[in-house]
Amino acid sequence: MIARLAAFLTLIALPVWAEVPVQEVKSPGGITAWLVEAPEIPFVALEIRFRGGAALDAPGKEGAVGLMAGLLEEGTGDLDAQGFAAARDALAASYRFGTGTDSVSVSARFLSENRDQAADLLRRAIVEPSFAAEALERVRAQILSSLRSDAQDPAVLASQAFDRVTFGDHVYARPTDGTLDSIASLTVADIKAAHMAALARDRVYVAAVGDISAANLGPMLDKLLGGLPQTGAPLPGPAKVDLHGQTVVEPFPGPQSVILFGHEGIRETDPDFFPAFVVSEILGGSRFGTRLMTEVREKRGLTYGIGAGLSIMDHAALVAGQVQTANATVKPTIDVIRAEWARIPEITQEELDAAKTYLTGAYPLRWDGNANIARALVGLQMDGYPIDYPAKRNGYIEAVTLADAQRAARKVFDPARLSFVVVGSPVGLDAQ
Amino acid sequence: MRLILAILFALIPLAGIADERVNSFTLDNGLQVVVIEDHRAPVVVHMVWYRVGAADEVSGESGLAHFLEHLMFKGTKTMPPGEFSKLVSAQGGSDNAFTSWDYTAYFQRVAADRLEMVMGMEADRMVNLTLAQGDVDTERNVILEERATRVESDPGGLFSEQRQAAMYLNHPYGRPIIGWRHEIQALGREAAMKFYKAHYAPDNAILVVAGDVTVDEVRRLADQYYGPIPARGGIHGRERPAEPPQIAERRVIMNDDRVGQPYLVRSYLAPSRQSGAQAEPAALTVLAQLLGGAGPNSELARALQFDSKIAVQTNAYYDPTGYDHSTFTLMVVPAPGVTLAEAEAAMDAALAKFLETGVKPEDFATIMARIKAQQIYALDSTMGVARRYGTALTSGLTIGDEIAWPEALEAVTPDQVMEAARKVLDRRQSTTGWLRKEADQ
Repeated sequence: MIARLAAFLTLIALPVWAEVPVQEVKSPGGITAWLVEAPEIPFVALEIRFRGGAALDAPGKEGAVGLMAGLLEEGTGDLDAQGFAAARDALAASYRFGTGTDSVSVSARFLSENRDQAADLLRRAIVEPSFAAEALERVRAQILSSLRSDAQDPAVLASQAFDRVTFGDHVYARPTDGTLDSIASLTVADIKAAHMAALARDRVYVAAVGDISAANLGPMLDKLLGGLPQTGAPLPGPAKVDLHGQTVVEPFPGPQSVILFGHEGIRETDPDFFPAFVVSEILGGSRFGTRLMTEVREKRGLTYGIGAGLSIMDHAALVAGQVQTANATVKPTIDVIRAEWARIPEITQEELDAAKTYLTGAYPLRWDGNANIARALVGLQMDGYPIDYPAKRNGYIEAVTLADAQRAARKVFDPARLSFVVVGSPVGLDAQ
Repeated sequence: MRLILAILFALIPLAGIADERVNSFTLDNGLQVVVIEDHRAPVVVHMVWYRVGAADEVSGESGLAHFLEHLMFKGTKTMPPGEFSKLVSAQGGSDNAFTSWDYTAYFQRVAADRLEMVMGMEADRMVNLTLAQGDVDTERNVILEERATRVESDPGGLFSEQRQAAMYLNHPYGRPIIGWRHEIQALGREAAMKFYKAHYAPDNAILVVAGDVTVDEVRRLADQYYGPIPARGGIHGRERPAEPPQIAERRVIMNDDRVGQPYLVRSYLAPSRQSGAQAEPAALTVLAQLLGGAGPNSELARALQFDSKIAVQTNAYYDPTGYDHSTFTLMVVPAPGVTLAEAEAAMDAALAKFLETGVKPEDFATIMARIKAQQIYALDSTMGVARRYGTALTSGLTIGDEIAWPEALEAVTPDQVMEAARKVLDRRQSTTGWLRKEADQ
């Protein structure tokens, strides 16, 4: 299946994906999917995404799409929640439904021996869910319970506060999982409306990896998704990013503060995207040796972990990072981050080369495991990349010169706009 | 040796999937080597597991095993601090480490042709660690921040630590892996070096290499890099203070204003897999699935979430692997307006009914099918398979035990499940914790 890597001892990007049989499969009914056939283990991982997600929630109905997705496994036709779970378990299939800001995801695994039955049961869940009142009440109670826990979790509170500060009156400012009030008010009719809005064929992306052929995948997808409506609800417009250098503090008890920081970022379509991406890796990639990890953790012991990077959503692009530190050290931590932001353009050839070697070397290592590969492939489709992107991607990284990186650093990273949202009881920090 | 499975799932014994690609040998210096071939991707996971963890610390030095785990990245005679991770990421790889009560493990995930490089570095730090005082002091602060993040910022983290401590009167499993704050503050360079010299040696370690490699290649490289390291000798068994029989149930009531959702957790002391004796832990694994792991058709979910609506969430879990013993744990999140006392009474009633009526045959059949499927799906993660072997071998088990584990699960009968349930679900051998807000009295 996945091409063997010839040595990549040098910086030269080899066409690691050239031999990889990622096929585009077009079903008779017109659904496109990316497929990697991998018969070694007798199951197939299927990843389905519907663009839209929680961003389709109407004002006052926050959390409707998420609650709807949570109800898909709670009954269909003559099966109630327990009947559905028993049928799924009898097939030893696995289905997971998730909701993100911009998409609803369905992650399924079917054993080869009963793939058609497992796919049909999934079809019933996606296309013909019951949305029974009893199930709604039960799942609503679970979500309310988890929202009550979230309301006491500084990391969740910080993330919500950051979204409010950043996105103003855009739907991105509102919590993906809803609020205690909005969840309490949702009716079966709201859930059915969310289903019609979010699960439609005009926004579906599919990847399959495992023990299935192209000839079998197409018809299976037609049966699975053919019964969904052709069109769903319109997507929201672009979000304005209102991070202009402010510091916002939301008081919360506890030994540490959670600090989110960032400002507006850059989209994949920008010609400086790859240079900016490499720069963000040098600054705050999620590993040891980045500037932020070195300065904040390794040299000063201010935190257990810190990271920052480009965050690209469908309707906004950010540079954003996160760190947690003792209340007494919030101010010194922010001072270090500011100082690092100011010297981002001082990139050396050595740093650039190290980041490029890391990124190009790490990329092929991602393609490991059927479920991982399926998730990665569906993500690429949603971001609009062509099917040969995996083979070309390292070339884009390689092409970044020191001048490109320095230019992108000055263009994208702006100390004047760098903003901080702090949830905790920081010492000696003033909101501004 | 590529794993090929053309036959239908129902026809193959599970053991056949798991074992044909696992090989093992031992170097002259005592280093045990496990090779798991998986040629689906040109990637390799290289792990060294030491048979030492938090439960092997001296009393008063809690957190030392984990502290040393952090310090292992601080350089050797030939490698400056931080260089290890830097070199791994320069190759596109990732590396990290983790500590438990029974083991400390270090791993790298790299392209298959980089195995030699990471093996050379891991072998180097098995014997050549050097520690600068400044690095030790900074890292102590990092760990105190880690403790604040993982434990002290979260009432659930503190609650879990308190319950764990209450479960053990004498055995060091009661000690937090990360350590008590006041003892972390007192940990120093000397203690870390002493612990390192006492426990880090080839004859106290297991090397697990999983992925796109062959046994011959791993043998050649292991001989070259780990082979020259002399055996320490005299590393004896792990005689930890034994836990006396528990004869009285214990309770932990924790009030914290930061609690958003109250819940209760009950843990029973339970046996763990022992070499050649896995039947009872296998039965307990099935029992955990029956009680809480099967979603809406679990016994607790049926009784507390569907029939009575007393709970919004229930769960049961059991970790079959542990050097000395294990715990069997139940969790209930009550519905609004239901007190923890009412939720606990309902849980006990559901358990009593289950013990009286026994396993329903259709439930048992479904669980067994699920367990079988989970073993197949688990093969998708090379890292997961490698971890399973490392955990087993640092917990007193052999490769043969790990290979036999799927068979042990398959062989479980409903009678064995009920026998194990009656033995383990005894409140006298339990610790029940309530976590609630100050106001929820």
